[in-house]
Amino acid sequence: MMTRKELDLWVGIFAVVGIGAMLFLSLKVANLASFSSADSYQINAKFENIGGLKVRAPVKSAGVVVGRVGDIRFDNESFEAVVSMNIDSRFQFPKDSSAKILTSGLLGEQYIGITAGGDSVNLKGGDTLKLTQSAVVLENLIGQFLYNKAAEGDGKK
Amino acid sequence: MTERVAELLRALGARIVNSWIWRLGFACRFLWLTLKESGPSFRRFHLTIREIYFAGVLSLVIVLVSGLFVGMVLGLQGYDTLVRYGSSDALGVLVSLSLVRELGPVVAGLLFASRAGSAITAEIGLMKATEQLSAMEMMAVDPIARVVAPRFWAGVISMPVLAALFSAMGVFGGYLVGVRLIGVDEGSFWSQMQAAVDFRQDILNGFLKSFVFGVAVTWIAVFEGYDAPPTAEGVSGATTRTVVTSSLAILALDFVLTALMFRGL
Repeated sequence: MMTRKELDLWVGIFAVVGIGAMLFLSLKVANLASFSSADSYQINAKFENIGGLKVRAPVKSAGVVVGRVGDIRFDNESFEAVVSMNIDSRFQFPKDSSAKILTSGLLGEQYIGITAGGDSVNLKGGDTLKLTQSAVVLENLIGQFLYNKAAEGDGKK
Repeated sequence: MTERVAELLRALGARIVNSWIWRLGFACRFLWLTLKESGPSFRRFHLTIREIYFAGVLSLVIVLVSGLFVGMVLGLQGYDTLVRYGSSDALGVLVSLSLVRELGPVVAGLLFASRAGSAITAEIGLMKATEQLSAMEMMAVDPIARVVAPRFWAGVISMPVLAALFSAMGVFGGYLVGVRLIGVDEGSFWSQMQAAVDFRQDILNGFLKSFVFGVAVTWIAVFEGYDAPPTAEGVSGATTRTVVTSSLAILALDFVLTALMFRGL
């Protein structure tokens, strides 16, 4: 039979190893430290077509994650999609910045890319981005390509 | 003829009522008693420490080794599938998400049920068979407070720790096979994993799962031990039932929890 001291030692080791595993999971696997949504402001953007964009998709500027998509709604007056983005308050963008829906890799997830403009006034919470570019829909792309090819063929004749 | 049928139905009903409904009710009342009498297991925490040693520390080896191997197999199999789509960089995502969300809590729970749950049942069942529990009652020591509650809380505390260790070990195993052995790029292995795994959505939900499994497994284990017929046969039957029932409970609960957590039903 073990003494109480030995038992305590082993259970202490067990607890330390367990806490270590949880820290490893939350810091190294989930990267908790890098981005917290605690301090953020919301901006909106209207898109004709959002493609496969999902809530919680990253918002990037120059490839760096600056926020996440908070909400996606359908505006029944303009028949466009309204995407709300929560941007980390550490990052400020000029008022005339533009938003695009991009795809990471060929089959990757879709995200919003923000390109900074040149205005001296920065965006505030609740503002709406004026310049947007919709997601590239593969069918439209193929359609356009075929149309161009056909037009080229006509030109040659 | 009708009498025969009626008798058959009566026997069936009695069986269902006695072995299912009655036991379920007793199990619920037993859980309530255990929770009510758990004061001493925290006031005299060394009681619980001793049980954490038996349920948690002694399960470390099996959980760590299985976690490592499960992670390594995930690394091999995942690479084999992902490389066909040219996205072997996503290996870290595959390994970590499957471990943290599902395999960590579930496999650690199954191992915990067979390693620690069966031991708890056998111990309590044997204490009952050798009339140690009655002797305690005779000395005005409540066996639920002294024997059952510390084991229950030790299991509930140990299970999330073991599941976290299993997941961490599995991610390490996937890293060993994916990065060291096969040669997936180390940077994208970790960065894609960090981009895809969400703390609240994945890690906390996995932790919650393992906590629920811990409650279910130890509840079943202490109940089966306490309810075991006080014979050698009874104790062996109870031990088997613990492993079977808690494995089924883990898998069924896992479905319900996954549906609630990840589908937003």
